[in-house]
Amino acid sequence: MNEEKTGADGAGDKLTADARLQRRHRAERRFRGVCIGALGLAGAFLVLFLGSMVVAALPAFTQTEVKVEVDFTNPDQAWRAIDPELNSIVSRGVTRVLPNRLENNPELAGKRFEEWVLAKAEIDQFRKGKGSLDEEVRERVERFEEAGRFRYTFNHWLFTEGDSKLPEMAGLKAAIVGSIYVLALTLAFAFPIGVLSAIYLEEFAPDNRFTQAVEININNLAAVPSILFGLLGLAIMINFFGVPRSSAIAGGLTLGLMTLPIVIISTRAALRAVPHSIREGALAMGATRWQTVRDHVLPMSLPGILTGTIIGLAQAMGETAPLLLIGMVAYIPDVPGSVTDAATVMPAQIYSWASMPQQAFVERTAAAILVLLTVLIALNATAVYLRRRFERRW
Amino acid sequence: MLQGYSAMRRTNICLIPLAFAAAAAAAVTGCTEGGGGNDNGNGSGDGGDAAAERSQIRVVGSSTVYPFSSYVAEEFGATTDYSTPVIESTGSGGGIKIFCEGDGLDTADITNASRRMKPSEFQRCADNGVTGITEIAIGADGITIAQTKDQPALDFSLEQLTLAVAAQVPQNGELVDNPYENWNQIDESLPDREITVYGPPSTSGTRDAFEELVLEAATEDMEGYDEPYSTVRDDGPYVSSGENDNLIVQKIENDREAVGIFGYSFLEENRDAVAAVTIDGVDPTPEAISSGEYPVARSLFFYTKNSHLDRVPGMAEYVELFISERMIGEQGLLRNEGLIPLSAERRETVRERFTQRESLRLEELKD
Repeated sequence: MNEEKTGADGAGDKLTADARLQRRHRAERRFRGVCIGALGLAGAFLVLFLGSMVVAALPAFTQTEVKVEVDFTNPDQAWRAIDPELNSIVSRGVTRVLPNRLENNPELAGKRFEEWVLAKAEIDQFRKGKGSLDEEVRERVERFEEAGRFRYTFNHWLFTEGDSKLPEMAGLKAAIVGSIYVLALTLAFAFPIGVLSAIYLEEFAPDNRFTQAVEININNLAAVPSILFGLLGLAIMINFFGVPRSSAIAGGLTLGLMTLPIVIISTRAALRAVPHSIREGALAMGATRWQTVRDHVLPMSLPGILTGTIIGLAQAMGETAPLLLIGMVAYIPDVPGSVTDAATVMPAQIYSWASMPQQAFVERTAAAILVLLTVLIALNATAVYLRRRFERRW
Repeated sequence: MLQGYSAMRRTNICLIPLAFAAAAAAAVTGCTEGGGGNDNGNGSGDGGDAAAERSQIRVVGSSTVYPFSSYVAEEFGATTDYSTPVIESTGSGGGIKIFCEGDGLDTADITNASRRMKPSEFQRCADNGVTGITEIAIGADGITIAQTKDQPALDFSLEQLTLAVAAQVPQNGELVDNPYENWNQIDESLPDREITVYGPPSTSGTRDAFEELVLEAATEDMEGYDEPYSTVRDDGPYVSSGENDNLIVQKIENDREAVGIFGYSFLEENRDAVAAVTIDGVDPTPEAISSGEYPVARSLFFYTKNSHLDRVPGMAEYVELFISERMIGEQGLLRNEGLIPLSAERRETVRERFTQRESLRLEELKD
């Protein structure tokens, strides 16, 4: 009886233990399922976003050209070298520079030739099945179509031209160059100051109220909304130091201020990750603290520092809000020649295009976003590569 | 061997920050040298002086005028040897504020506005030493009410539109919170459709104009309002939809019952999807807007800082190109961009005014 009871009890214990185990396993499966679901959802959003962007952007990479006769036989009438009747088809970007073209190429005078030139964006959109045309223009387009006087080419204007009000001629060149200037300045400003501040705070500074206050403030600054840095840039850089409005240097300094806390925080984290034994070993060998930092701590923490800096730069690259206040979100089609010239950046260009009424700008906006994403992915890939290449484990 | 390896590793690593800093520094010095060249060697290169030698015209102001202004700027840059002016879209008020900051060359040369300068703004300009401003009218802009193309045609009177979007409406002799939810509650003749109006937010110049040209104009002599009323309802039927007019067009394409409020150029660009609602039976055609027959229209302006005309190369030429027949004329290029031309007579007055460099006076703004 006793034995039986214990036996039964034992079995009962086993049973509840089994049941409990199963319950725990079920809970785990549930949890894993939820996690996978979350991941799938995030992935689906990403695919949806990228997919719709690519689909919207693809048409922007081709552009319609039209074959017309250019007639310079009457040099005084160069402005009508292409029959003004075709103004509804040929881009104004082509016709308005005809006199300049003759002036720059005097050998063209008296010549008459056929040439493929840029077509208007409305024609391009119509051929891609979007938008509508006036009756008269549509008939002409159909005639041209039959005569084979249209063709698609790669839209190189997107990369060789600056911003334009004519969608067919609108390009990203000025914005790309502007972005390079601004990023170079941001880097030149934020990297040395950020790394040096972090080294001092981490390696040399005493741990007291003052350094603690500095630390808390830096951490707070990293979380400050970026528009506030724009206000700061406007008040300090432009109004106080007299840096020219809209210039690359105003943008670089403002974004540099914004990136600084990120560089400091990531550098400090990277320095802290270097084991103390390394420092102690160096100090024990008679190295000064500066030698220890220079020869041992800094090289070992470099991958982390670079990763942090590049991520900070990538964030600065995608920023528009602070630039709005210092006048860099504007119509600036010329490639800047110096850091004091007016410049714009890629996200600002995207923002401007998104608010244009013409249909052709919809696909161009998407294309510009793709270009920006590509650059950002390249930057982040560099960060990953540097980390992999130089990472050390202890 | 291990030591040798790590030593090599270390030199490698140490090169990176050097290379980083060097590349950045090279980019920067390269840029600055380029800048010196651009300044024709006159600029001494430091921040303060860089602004004193300027090769680009600087324009700020209204987002409504921005497309026209940048179109002219592009044409100007492409067909002359001057560099393309920089056009910033800051809103009319913001533009005038920047314009009036001072007379120095580090301030804007021209400000665009979708309304006239206010006397207080003129006063601020004068206090900061900005005198000699010429006012130039370039044309008109119509604010259109539109719906999707497949809906039956609609016609609103200003009063009906006001009753649909005002925060308070008169009922039995007193003002009460707007109770209307369907158009046919306002007037039997209107269709049985829910009132949904997508329009610009309160920060927009278009909204200011809408409030002034529709609500204030209608309530001025409507029974029940003691004085012109301009508050738009915020209980749902009026949906503020962001500064971007494209968004409003998209919204009425999706919400087929709704109507949207946006600038004339957006109607013109989207004729295949949306159609205009007539106001008091008038269709917003360029002719009707220009003649003032279409009631929801406003004039567009820009203001030039005349002391800069001699100091900023190309500024006078830019203004002359802008007010030329080729741009703002009856068949001008800006017409395709949605600008409604002024009458021939007024265009002539504007040109005359600029040739004379006629200064704006405070009394002109007060009426």
